[in-house]
Amino acid sequence: MDYMIPQLAGLFGTGDNIVSLIFQLVFTGMFVVFMFYGQRVQMIVMLREVESHLRRLKFMRDDGRKVAVETIKQIGKPVGDPSDRIDQFMEYIAITPQTMDPSGIVWKLEHILDVRDDRFKDEVKLMAPEADETQLNNLENTLEAAMALHMIYKVIRHFYLLGKKTLSLYVIMQIQMVLPLIMQQAEAYIQALRAFSVGQPIGDGAGPLVAAKLMQGYKSKEVAKDMIAAKVPIDGRTAYVLKAKGPGGNVGKPGDGIRNIIKEKKGKISTIIMIDAALKLEGEEPGEIAEGVGAAIGGPGIEQFKIEDATTTNKIPVNAIIVKQDLGDAVSPMRKEIFDAVDPVITRIKRLILERTKKGDNIIIAGIGNTIGIGQ
Amino acid sequence: MTENVEPVRRISPFLLVIILIVFILSLSALFMAVQSISNQKDLINSYSFLAIGVFGLAISAYMLLQTKGKPTHAALELPRVLTTLECPKCDFKSVRDFQRNDYVFKETGPCEKCNEQMKITAIYREVKKKKS
Repeated sequence: MDYMIPQLAGLFGTGDNIVSLIFQLVFTGMFVVFMFYGQRVQMIVMLREVESHLRRLKFMRDDGRKVAVETIKQIGKPVGDPSDRIDQFMEYIAITPQTMDPSGIVWKLEHILDVRDDRFKDEVKLMAPEADETQLNNLENTLEAAMALHMIYKVIRHFYLLGKKTLSLYVIMQIQMVLPLIMQQAEAYIQALRAFSVGQPIGDGAGPLVAAKLMQGYKSKEVAKDMIAAKVPIDGRTAYVLKAKGPGGNVGKPGDGIRNIIKEKKGKISTIIMIDAALKLEGEEPGEIAEGVGAAIGGPGIEQFKIEDATTTNKIPVNAIIVKQDLGDAVSPMRKEIFDAVDPVITRIKRLILERTKKGDNIIIAGIGNTIGIGQ
Repeated sequence: MTENVEPVRRISPFLLVIILIVFILSLSALFMAVQSISNQKDLINSYSFLAIGVFGLAISAYMLLQTKGKPTHAALELPRVLTTLECPKCDFKSVRDFQRNDYVFKETGPCEKCNEQMKITAIYREVKKKKS
Protein backbone atom coordinates (compact mmCIF):
# COMPACT_ATOMS: atom_id res chain seq x y z
CA MET A 1 0.00 0.00 0.00
CA ASP A 2 3.02 2.23 0.19
CA TYR A 3 2.65 3.40 -3.41
CA MET A 4 -0.98 4.51 -2.94
CA ILE A 5 -2.27 7.96 -2.16
CA PRO A 6 -2.83 7.74 1.64
CA GLN A 7 -6.54 8.79 1.39
CA LEU A 8 -7.24 6.03 -1.13
CA ALA A 9 -5.19 3.47 0.71
CA GLY A 10 -7.65 3.74 3.58
CA LEU A 11 -10.31 2.27 1.38
CA PHE A 12 -8.39 -0.96 1.01
CA GLY A 13 -7.23 -1.46 4.55
CA THR A 14 -4.19 -0.01 6.13
CA GLY A 15 -2.54 -2.98 7.68
CA ASP A 16 -0.52 -5.67 6.03
CA ASN A 17 -3.20 -8.13 6.94
CA ILE A 18 -4.48 -9.69 3.69
CA VAL A 19 -7.75 -10.74 5.37
CA SER A 20 -8.70 -7.17 6.18
CA LEU A 21 -7.78 -6.18 2.64
CA ILE A 22 -10.21 -8.79 1.24
CA PHE A 23 -12.95 -7.67 3.60
CA GLN A 24 -12.41 -4.04 2.67
CA LEU A 25 -12.54 -4.92 -1.01
CA VAL A 26 -15.72 -6.95 -0.59
CA PHE A 27 -17.45 -4.18 1.37
CA THR A 28 -16.39 -1.49 -1.07
CA GLY A 29 -17.56 -3.66 -3.96
CA MET A 30 -20.90 -4.30 -2.30
CA PHE A 31 -21.33 -0.61 -1.57
CA VAL A 32 -20.70 0.30 -5.22
CA VAL A 33 -22.98 -2.48 -6.53
CA PHE A 34 -25.88 -1.53 -4.25
CA MET A 35 -25.43 2.16 -4.93
CA PHE A 36 -25.83 1.74 -8.68
CA TYR A 37 -27.79 -1.49 -8.98
CA GLY A 38 -29.78 -1.57 -5.71
CA GLN A 39 -33.11 -1.02 -7.43
CA ARG A 40 -32.31 -3.63 -10.06
CA VAL A 41 -31.47 -6.19 -7.35
CA GLN A 42 -34.73 -5.38 -5.55
CA MET A 43 -36.61 -5.81 -8.84
CA ILE A 44 -35.02 -9.18 -9.52
CA VAL A 45 -35.99 -10.37 -6.04
CA MET A 46 -39.58 -9.18 -6.58
CA LEU A 47 -39.80 -10.74 -10.04
CA ARG A 48 -38.63 -14.06 -8.64
CA GLU A 49 -41.33 -13.90 -5.96
CA VAL A 50 -44.04 -13.12 -8.52
CA GLU A 51 -42.63 -15.88 -10.73
CA SER A 52 -42.94 -18.52 -8.03
CA HIS A 53 -46.53 -17.45 -7.28
CA LEU A 54 -47.29 -17.46 -10.99
CA ARG A 55 -46.12 -21.06 -11.17
CA ARG A 56 -48.49 -21.99 -8.36
CA LEU A 57 -51.34 -20.10 -10.03
CA LYS A 58 -50.69 -21.96 -13.28
CA PHE A 59 -50.78 -25.22 -11.40
CA MET A 60 -54.11 -24.27 -9.81
CA ARG A 61 -55.55 -23.10 -13.13
CA ASP A 62 -54.53 -26.36 -14.85
CA ASP A 63 -55.85 -28.41 -11.97
CA GLY A 64 -59.18 -26.54 -12.09
CA ARG A 65 -59.49 -27.10 -15.81
CA LYS A 66 -58.69 -30.79 -15.37
CA VAL A 67 -61.36 -31.20 -12.68
CA ALA A 68 -63.91 -29.39 -14.87
CA VAL A 69 -63.16 -31.56 -17.92
CA GLU A 70 -63.27 -34.76 -15.88
CA THR A 71 -66.56 -33.81 -14.17
CA ILE A 72 -68.21 -32.95 -17.48
CA LYS A 73 -67.03 -36.23 -19.01
CA GLN A 74 -68.21 -38.18 -15.97
CA ILE A 75 -71.62 -36.56 -15.54
CA GLY A 76 -72.55 -35.20 -18.95
CA LYS A 77 -71.34 -38.12 -21.05
CA PRO A 78 -70.54 -35.93 -24.08
CA VAL A 79 -70.06 -37.55 -27.48
CA GLY A 80 -66.67 -35.97 -28.23
CA ASP A 81 -63.91 -34.44 -26.15
CA PRO A 82 -65.27 -31.29 -24.45
CA SER A 83 -61.79 -29.81 -23.79
CA ASP A 84 -61.79 -27.36 -26.73
CA ARG A 85 -65.25 -26.10 -25.87
CA ILE A 86 -64.22 -25.67 -22.22
CA ASP A 87 -61.15 -23.68 -23.31
CA GLN A 88 -63.37 -21.39 -25.37
CA PHE A 89 -65.74 -21.05 -22.43
CA MET A 90 -62.88 -19.99 -20.15
CA GLU A 91 -62.28 -16.96 -22.36
CA TYR A 92 -65.93 -15.87 -22.26
CA ILE A 93 -66.48 -12.17 -21.59
CA ALA A 94 -69.44 -10.05 -20.51
CA ILE A 95 -69.21 -6.35 -21.33
CA THR A 96 -70.72 -4.18 -18.64
CA PRO A 97 -73.14 -1.44 -19.76
CA GLN A 98 -72.09 2.17 -20.28
CA THR A 99 -72.45 4.28 -17.12
CA MET A 100 -72.21 7.79 -18.62
CA ASP A 101 -75.95 8.14 -18.10
CA PRO A 102 -76.56 6.11 -14.93
CA SER A 103 -80.34 6.20 -15.22
CA GLY A 104 -81.66 2.65 -15.70
CA ILE A 105 -78.22 1.09 -15.28
CA VAL A 106 -79.56 -1.58 -12.89
CA TRP A 107 -81.92 -3.00 -15.52
CA LYS A 108 -79.29 -2.84 -18.24
CA LEU A 109 -76.84 -4.73 -16.01
CA GLU A 110 -79.52 -7.23 -15.07
CA HIS A 111 -80.29 -7.84 -18.72
CA ILE A 112 -76.61 -8.45 -19.55
CA LEU A 113 -76.22 -10.82 -16.60
CA ASP A 114 -79.41 -12.70 -17.54
CA VAL A 115 -78.19 -13.13 -21.11
CA ARG A 116 -74.80 -14.29 -19.80
CA ASP A 117 -76.47 -16.78 -17.46
CA ASP A 118 -78.68 -18.17 -20.25
CA ARG A 119 -75.69 -18.49 -22.57
CA PHE A 120 -73.74 -20.30 -19.86
CA LYS A 121 -76.60 -22.71 -19.23
CA ASP A 122 -76.94 -23.44 -22.97
CA GLU A 123 -73.20 -23.99 -23.32
CA VAL A 124 -73.15 -26.36 -20.35
CA LYS A 125 -76.15 -28.26 -21.76
CA LEU A 126 -74.27 -28.74 -25.03
CA MET A 127 -71.14 -29.85 -23.20
CA ALA A 128 -73.00 -32.23 -20.87
CA PRO A 129 -76.14 -33.49 -22.63
CA GLU A 130 -76.93 -36.19 -20.06
CA ALA A 131 -76.77 -33.95 -16.97
CA ASP A 132 -80.00 -33.19 -15.06
CA GLU A 133 -80.97 -29.71 -13.84
CA THR A 134 -79.13 -29.99 -10.51
CA GLN A 135 -76.00 -31.30 -12.18
CA LEU A 136 -76.19 -28.59 -14.86
CA ASN A 137 -76.23 -25.92 -12.15
CA ASN A 138 -73.30 -27.57 -10.38
CA LEU A 139 -71.35 -27.84 -13.63
CA GLU A 140 -72.04 -24.20 -14.42
CA ASN A 141 -70.66 -23.22 -11.01
CA THR A 142 -67.63 -25.49 -11.53
CA LEU A 143 -66.87 -23.86 -14.86
CA GLU A 144 -67.28 -20.39 -13.40
CA ALA A 145 -64.72 -21.20 -10.69
CA ALA A 146 -62.34 -22.57 -13.36
CA MET A 147 -62.89 -19.39 -15.34
CA ALA A 148 -62.09 -17.22 -12.31
CA LEU A 149 -58.81 -19.11 -11.75
CA HIS A 150 -57.95 -18.73 -15.42
CA MET A 151 -58.59 -14.99 -15.25
CA ILE A 152 -56.48 -14.53 -12.08
CA TYR A 153 -53.61 -16.43 -13.70
CA LYS A 154 -53.82 -14.35 -16.86
CA VAL A 155 -53.86 -11.01 -15.00
CA ILE A 156 -50.84 -11.90 -12.84
CA ARG A 157 -49.01 -13.21 -15.91
CA HIS A 158 -49.79 -9.96 -17.70
CA PHE A 159 -48.22 -7.84 -14.95
CA TYR A 160 -45.28 -10.21 -14.60
CA LEU A 161 -44.47 -10.08 -18.31
CA LEU A 162 -45.11 -6.34 -18.43
CA GLY A 163 -42.74 -5.83 -15.51
CA LYS A 164 -40.06 -7.90 -17.22
CA LYS A 165 -40.55 -6.06 -20.48
CA THR A 166 -40.51 -2.53 -19.09
CA LEU A 167 -38.17 -3.28 -16.18
CA SER A 168 -40.29 -0.87 -14.20
CA LEU A 169 -40.07 -1.30 -10.46
CA TYR A 170 -43.51 0.22 -10.00
CA VAL A 171 -45.30 -2.22 -12.33
CA ILE A 172 -43.75 -5.17 -10.50
CA MET A 173 -44.20 -3.61 -7.07
CA GLN A 174 -47.95 -3.07 -7.42
CA ILE A 175 -48.57 -6.73 -8.28
CA GLN A 176 -46.08 -8.03 -5.70
CA MET A 177 -47.84 -6.07 -2.95
CA VAL A 178 -51.30 -7.49 -3.60
CA LEU A 179 -50.11 -11.03 -4.37
CA PRO A 180 -50.79 -12.51 -0.91
CA LEU A 181 -54.45 -11.45 -1.15
CA ILE A 182 -54.77 -12.70 -4.72
CA MET A 183 -53.24 -16.05 -3.77
CA GLN A 184 -55.74 -16.33 -0.92
CA GLN A 185 -58.54 -15.72 -3.41
CA ALA A 186 -57.15 -18.28 -5.86
CA GLU A 187 -56.86 -20.90 -3.10
CA ALA A 188 -60.50 -20.21 -2.22
CA TYR A 189 -61.58 -20.68 -5.84
CA ILE A 190 -59.80 -24.00 -6.21
CA GLN A 191 -61.55 -25.25 -3.07
CA ALA A 192 -64.84 -23.94 -4.45
CA LEU A 193 -64.30 -25.68 -7.76
CA ARG A 194 -63.83 -29.02 -6.05
CA ALA A 195 -66.90 -28.48 -3.87
CA PHE A 196 -69.02 -27.47 -6.91
CA SER A 197 -67.88 -30.44 -8.96
CA VAL A 198 -69.33 -32.89 -6.42
CA GLY A 199 -72.20 -30.71 -5.16
CA GLN A 200 -71.06 -30.09 -1.57
CA PRO A 201 -72.73 -27.29 0.40
CA ILE A 202 -70.43 -24.26 0.79
CA GLY A 203 -70.11 -21.65 3.53
CA ASP A 204 -72.14 -19.16 1.50
CA GLY A 205 -75.06 -21.57 1.84
CA ALA A 206 -75.62 -20.60 5.51
CA GLY A 207 -78.66 -18.46 4.58
CA PRO A 208 -80.40 -21.07 2.36
CA LEU A 209 -79.68 -23.71 5.02
CA VAL A 210 -81.50 -21.66 7.68
CA ALA A 211 -84.43 -21.14 5.29
CA ALA A 212 -84.50 -24.84 4.32
CA LYS A 213 -84.59 -25.83 7.98
CA LEU A 214 -87.48 -23.45 8.64
CA MET A 215 -89.51 -24.65 5.64
CA GLN A 216 -89.09 -28.36 6.39
CA GLY A 217 -92.46 -30.10 6.29
CA TYR A 218 -94.20 -27.23 4.47
CA LYS A 219 -95.14 -27.10 0.81
CA SER A 220 -93.06 -24.74 -1.28
CA LYS A 221 -93.79 -23.06 -4.61
CA GLU A 222 -91.75 -21.09 -7.14
CA VAL A 223 -92.18 -17.34 -6.56
CA ALA A 224 -89.57 -16.06 -9.04
CA LYS A 225 -86.92 -17.48 -11.33
CA ASP A 226 -85.05 -20.17 -9.34
CA MET A 227 -86.64 -18.95 -6.08
CA ILE A 228 -88.99 -20.97 -3.92
CA ALA A 229 -91.06 -19.93 -0.90
CA ALA A 230 -93.06 -21.78 1.75
CA LYS A 231 -95.78 -20.42 4.03
CA VAL A 232 -94.68 -21.26 7.59
CA PRO A 233 -96.65 -20.37 10.74
CA ILE A 234 -94.36 -19.06 13.51
CA ASP A 235 -95.82 -17.97 16.88
CA GLY A 236 -99.14 -16.86 15.38
CA ARG A 237 -97.52 -14.99 12.47
CA THR A 238 -97.32 -16.11 8.82
CA ALA A 239 -93.76 -16.31 7.60
CA TYR A 240 -92.98 -16.55 3.90
CA VAL A 241 -89.69 -18.39 3.95
CA LEU A 242 -87.69 -17.89 0.80
CA LYS A 243 -84.58 -19.48 -0.68
CA ALA A 244 -82.96 -20.34 -4.02
CA LYS A 245 -84.11 -23.59 -5.55
CA GLY A 246 -81.72 -26.40 -4.59
CA PRO A 247 -79.87 -28.65 -4.40
CA GLY A 248 -78.02 -27.48 -7.51
CA GLY A 249 -75.60 -24.55 -7.34
CA ASN A 250 -77.89 -21.56 -7.56
CA VAL A 251 -78.38 -18.15 -5.96
CA GLY A 252 -81.69 -17.36 -7.64
CA LYS A 253 -83.24 -13.91 -7.77
CA PRO A 254 -84.15 -13.03 -4.18
CA GLY A 255 -85.02 -9.47 -5.20
CA ASP A 256 -87.76 -10.68 -7.54
CA GLY A 257 -88.94 -13.24 -4.98
CA ILE A 258 -89.32 -10.67 -2.18
CA ARG A 259 -90.90 -8.12 -4.53
CA ASN A 260 -93.47 -10.67 -5.77
CA ILE A 261 -94.49 -11.66 -2.24
CA ILE A 262 -94.84 -7.99 -1.21
CA LYS A 263 -96.98 -7.41 -4.32
CA GLU A 264 -99.09 -10.50 -3.61
CA LYS A 265 -99.73 -9.33 -0.03
CA LYS A 266 -100.41 -5.77 -1.30
CA GLY A 267 -97.55 -4.39 0.77
CA LYS A 268 -98.92 -5.82 4.03
CA ILE A 269 -95.64 -7.22 5.29
CA SER A 270 -94.64 -6.12 8.77
CA THR A 271 -90.95 -7.02 8.54
CA ILE A 272 -88.35 -8.76 6.40
CA ILE A 273 -85.52 -10.79 7.89
CA MET A 274 -82.59 -11.57 5.61
CA ILE A 275 -79.95 -14.15 6.49
CA ASP A 276 -76.67 -14.18 4.63
CA ALA A 277 -73.02 -15.15 4.95
CA ALA A 278 -70.70 -12.17 5.40
CA LEU A 279 -66.96 -11.74 5.35
CA LYS A 280 -65.40 -11.73 8.79
CA LEU A 281 -62.50 -9.60 9.90
CA GLU A 282 -59.25 -11.25 10.97
CA GLY A 283 -59.52 -12.16 14.63
CA GLU A 284 -63.24 -12.94 14.44
CA GLU A 285 -64.31 -16.57 14.63
CA PRO A 286 -66.01 -18.32 11.68
CA GLY A 287 -69.67 -18.95 12.42
CA GLU A 288 -70.07 -15.84 14.60
CA ILE A 289 -73.50 -14.25 14.22
CA ALA A 290 -74.27 -10.54 14.00
CA GLU A 291 -77.56 -8.69 13.69
CA GLY A 292 -78.49 -5.38 12.14
CA VAL A 293 -80.67 -3.62 9.59
CA GLY A 294 -80.54 -3.36 5.79
CA ALA A 295 -80.59 -5.75 2.90
CA ALA A 296 -78.06 -8.48 3.64
CA ILE A 297 -77.13 -9.56 0.14
CA GLY A 298 -73.97 -9.48 -1.98
CA GLY A 299 -73.40 -9.80 -5.69
CA PRO A 300 -73.44 -7.05 -8.31
CA GLY A 301 -76.12 -5.07 -6.44
CA ILE A 302 -79.15 -5.66 -8.68
CA GLU A 303 -81.05 -7.81 -6.18
CA GLN A 304 -80.16 -5.46 -3.31
CA PHE A 305 -81.50 -2.55 -5.36
CA LYS A 306 -84.80 -4.34 -6.02
CA ILE A 307 -85.25 -5.23 -2.34
CA GLU A 308 -84.43 -1.70 -1.19
CA ASP A 309 -86.75 -0.24 -3.79
CA ALA A 310 -89.70 -2.47 -2.81
CA THR A 311 -89.18 -2.05 0.94
CA THR A 312 -88.77 1.73 0.72
CA THR A 313 -91.92 2.10 -1.37
CA ASN A 314 -93.94 0.01 1.10
CA LYS A 315 -92.13 1.28 4.25
CA ILE A 316 -91.19 -2.23 5.34
CA PRO A 317 -88.33 -2.56 7.87
CA VAL A 318 -85.54 -4.89 6.79
CA ASN A 319 -83.55 -6.80 9.42
CA ALA A 320 -80.31 -8.60 8.69
CA ILE A 321 -78.64 -11.56 10.36
CA ILE A 322 -75.19 -12.49 9.13
CA VAL A 323 -73.01 -15.54 9.66
CA LYS A 324 -69.36 -14.52 9.58
CA GLN A 325 -66.70 -16.40 7.63
CA ASP A 326 -63.66 -15.63 5.52
CA LEU A 327 -63.56 -15.78 1.73
CA GLY A 328 -62.03 -19.26 1.75
CA ASP A 329 -64.78 -20.60 4.03
CA ALA A 330 -67.51 -18.90 2.01
CA VAL A 331 -66.70 -20.83 -1.15
CA SER A 332 -65.26 -24.09 0.20
CA PRO A 333 -67.19 -27.00 1.77
CA MET A 334 -69.20 -25.73 4.73
CA ARG A 335 -67.27 -25.74 8.00
CA LYS A 336 -68.82 -27.40 11.04
CA GLU A 337 -68.79 -24.07 12.90
CA ILE A 338 -70.93 -22.49 10.17
CA PHE A 339 -73.28 -25.46 10.11
CA ASP A 340 -73.59 -25.25 13.89
CA ALA A 341 -74.50 -21.55 13.63
CA VAL A 342 -77.81 -22.43 11.92
CA ASP A 343 -79.75 -23.24 15.12
CA PRO A 344 -78.65 -20.06 16.96
CA VAL A 345 -79.67 -18.06 13.87
CA ILE A 346 -83.15 -19.63 13.98
CA THR A 347 -83.39 -18.73 17.69
CA ARG A 348 -82.51 -15.11 16.83
CA ILE A 349 -85.10 -15.05 14.02
CA LYS A 350 -87.79 -16.23 16.41
CA ARG A 351 -86.76 -13.64 19.00
CA LEU A 352 -86.80 -10.90 16.38
CA ILE A 353 -90.27 -11.98 15.24
CA LEU A 354 -91.59 -11.91 18.83
CA GLU A 355 -90.03 -8.51 19.53
CA ARG A 356 -90.77 -6.71 16.27
CA THR A 357 -94.13 -8.10 15.09
CA LYS A 358 -97.59 -8.87 16.47
CA LYS A 359 -99.81 -11.91 16.08
CA GLY A 360 -101.45 -12.18 12.66
CA ASP A 361 -98.66 -10.26 10.88
CA ASN A 362 -97.10 -11.37 7.62
CA ILE A 363 -93.32 -11.56 7.51
CA ILE A 364 -90.70 -12.56 4.98
CA ILE A 365 -87.64 -14.62 5.92
CA ALA A 366 -85.10 -14.81 3.10
CA GLY A 367 -82.08 -17.14 3.16
CA ILE A 368 -79.59 -15.55 0.78
CA GLY A 369 -76.67 -17.37 -0.84
CA ASN A 370 -75.68 -20.31 -2.99
CA THR A 371 -77.88 -23.30 -2.20
CA ILE A 372 -75.54 -25.94 -3.63
CA GLY A 373 -75.92 -29.22 -1.75
CA ILE A 374 -78.96 -27.95 0.17
CA GLY A 375 -82.44 -29.21 -0.68
CA GLN A 376 -85.73 -27.92 0.64
CA MET B 1 -54.81 -23.38 -24.25
CA THR B 2 -52.04 -21.36 -25.76
CA GLU B 3 -49.16 -20.67 -23.44
CA ASN B 4 -47.00 -17.73 -24.28
CA VAL B 5 -45.27 -17.38 -20.96
CA GLU B 6 -41.70 -18.53 -21.41
CA PRO B 7 -40.72 -21.51 -19.29
CA VAL B 8 -39.25 -20.18 -16.08
CA ARG B 9 -35.47 -20.68 -15.85
CA ARG B 10 -34.51 -22.79 -12.88
CA ILE B 11 -30.95 -21.45 -12.48
CA SER B 12 -29.94 -18.10 -13.86
CA PRO B 13 -26.43 -18.02 -15.44
CA PHE B 14 -25.66 -14.83 -13.50
CA LEU B 15 -26.29 -16.60 -10.22
CA LEU B 16 -24.26 -19.60 -11.34
CA VAL B 17 -21.26 -17.37 -12.03
CA ILE B 18 -21.55 -15.81 -8.57
CA ILE B 19 -21.77 -19.23 -6.96
CA LEU B 20 -18.75 -20.38 -8.94
CA ILE B 21 -16.68 -17.34 -7.91
CA VAL B 22 -17.60 -17.79 -4.24
CA PHE B 23 -16.78 -21.48 -4.51
CA ILE B 24 -13.35 -20.89 -6.12
CA LEU B 25 -12.47 -18.14 -3.60
CA SER B 26 -13.49 -20.39 -0.71
CA LEU B 27 -11.39 -23.24 -2.05
CA SER B 28 -8.37 -21.00 -2.44
CA ALA B 29 -8.88 -19.60 1.08
CA LEU B 30 -9.00 -23.15 2.41
CA PHE B 31 -5.90 -24.09 0.46
CA MET B 32 -4.00 -21.09 1.85
CA ALA B 33 -5.19 -21.87 5.36
CA VAL B 34 -4.09 -25.52 5.16
CA GLN B 35 -0.73 -24.48 3.73
CA SER B 36 -0.10 -21.93 6.49
CA ILE B 37 -1.17 -24.31 9.23
CA SER B 38 1.03 -27.12 7.93
CA ASN B 39 4.01 -24.70 7.71
CA GLN B 40 3.15 -23.32 11.18
CA LYS B 41 3.46 -19.77 9.78
CA ASP B 42 1.16 -16.79 10.44
CA LEU B 43 -1.33 -18.89 12.41
CA ILE B 44 -3.83 -16.07 13.13
CA ASN B 45 -4.29 -15.35 9.44
CA SER B 46 -4.53 -19.02 8.57
CA TYR B 47 -7.40 -19.56 11.01
CA SER B 48 -9.19 -16.54 9.51
CA PHE B 49 -8.73 -18.06 6.04
CA LEU B 50 -10.05 -21.36 7.31
CA ALA B 51 -13.15 -19.63 8.68
CA ILE B 52 -13.64 -17.66 5.43
CA GLY B 53 -13.20 -20.80 3.34
CA VAL B 54 -15.68 -22.85 5.35
CA PHE B 55 -18.16 -19.98 5.42
CA GLY B 56 -17.81 -19.43 1.65
CA LEU B 57 -18.31 -23.11 0.91
CA ALA B 58 -21.39 -23.19 3.10
CA ILE B 59 -22.82 -20.12 1.35
CA SER B 60 -22.21 -21.49 -2.14
CA ALA B 61 -23.75 -24.85 -1.19
CA TYR B 62 -26.77 -23.07 0.29
CA MET B 63 -27.18 -20.87 -2.79
CA LEU B 64 -26.95 -23.88 -5.09
CA LEU B 65 -29.57 -25.75 -3.06
CA GLN B 66 -31.83 -22.72 -3.12
CA THR B 67 -31.59 -22.37 -6.89
CA LYS B 68 -32.32 -26.07 -7.36
CA GLY B 69 -35.59 -25.00 -5.91
CA LYS B 70 -38.34 -26.29 -3.75
CA PRO B 71 -41.17 -28.17 -5.39
CA THR B 72 -42.94 -25.43 -7.33
CA HIS B 73 -46.32 -26.29 -5.91
CA ALA B 74 -47.49 -28.35 -3.03
CA ALA B 75 -50.33 -30.71 -3.83
CA LEU B 76 -53.77 -29.26 -3.20
CA GLU B 77 -55.17 -30.60 0.02
CA LEU B 78 -58.67 -32.00 -0.12
CA PRO B 79 -60.71 -31.48 3.02
CA ARG B 80 -62.61 -34.42 4.49
CA VAL B 81 -66.34 -33.79 4.20
CA LEU B 82 -68.80 -35.76 6.33
CA THR B 83 -72.47 -36.52 5.83
CA THR B 84 -74.79 -37.06 8.82
CA LEU B 85 -77.88 -39.20 8.34
CA GLU B 86 -80.69 -39.22 10.87
CA CYS B 87 -83.85 -41.22 11.30
CA PRO B 88 -86.79 -38.91 12.07
CA LYS B 89 -88.61 -41.69 13.93
CA CYS B 90 -86.06 -43.33 16.25
CA ASP B 91 -83.34 -40.61 16.15
CA PHE B 92 -80.75 -43.12 14.98
CA LYS B 93 -77.75 -41.19 13.67
CA SER B 94 -74.91 -42.25 11.40
CA VAL B 95 -71.98 -40.32 9.99
CA ARG B 96 -70.12 -41.28 6.82
CA ASP B 97 -67.90 -39.70 4.17
CA PHE B 98 -69.64 -37.44 1.67
CA GLN B 99 -70.72 -39.12 -1.58
CA ARG B 100 -71.58 -37.45 -4.87
CA ASN B 101 -75.31 -36.61 -5.09
CA ASP B 102 -75.65 -36.21 -1.31
CA TYR B 103 -77.48 -33.07 -0.26
CA VAL B 104 -78.97 -31.72 2.95
CA PHE B 105 -82.58 -32.92 3.51
CA LYS B 106 -82.26 -35.68 0.91
CA GLU B 107 -84.09 -38.85 1.82
CA THR B 108 -81.73 -41.80 1.72
CA GLY B 109 -82.14 -45.49 2.43
CA PRO B 110 -84.13 -47.11 5.26
CA CYS B 111 -83.06 -46.86 8.90
CA GLU B 112 -81.07 -49.81 10.24
CA LYS B 113 -83.21 -49.91 13.37
CA CYS B 114 -86.80 -49.06 12.43
CA ASN B 115 -86.83 -49.20 8.60
CA GLU B 116 -88.07 -45.60 8.33
CA GLN B 117 -86.61 -43.40 5.55
CA MET B 118 -83.46 -41.70 6.81
CA LYS B 119 -82.66 -38.09 5.95
CA ILE B 120 -79.36 -36.28 5.45
CA THR B 121 -79.34 -33.63 8.16
CA ALA B 122 -75.83 -32.25 7.82
CA ILE B 123 -72.92 -32.04 5.40
CA TYR B 124 -69.82 -30.30 6.71
CA ARG B 125 -66.07 -30.38 6.85
CA GLU B 126 -64.15 -30.48 10.05
CA VAL B 127 -61.18 -28.12 10.18
CA LYS B 128 -58.12 -29.14 12.13
CA LYS B 129 -57.22 -26.22 14.35
CA LYS B 130 -53.63 -25.05 13.94
CA LYS B 131 -51.55 -25.01 17.10
CA SER B 132 -50.79 -21.41 17.94
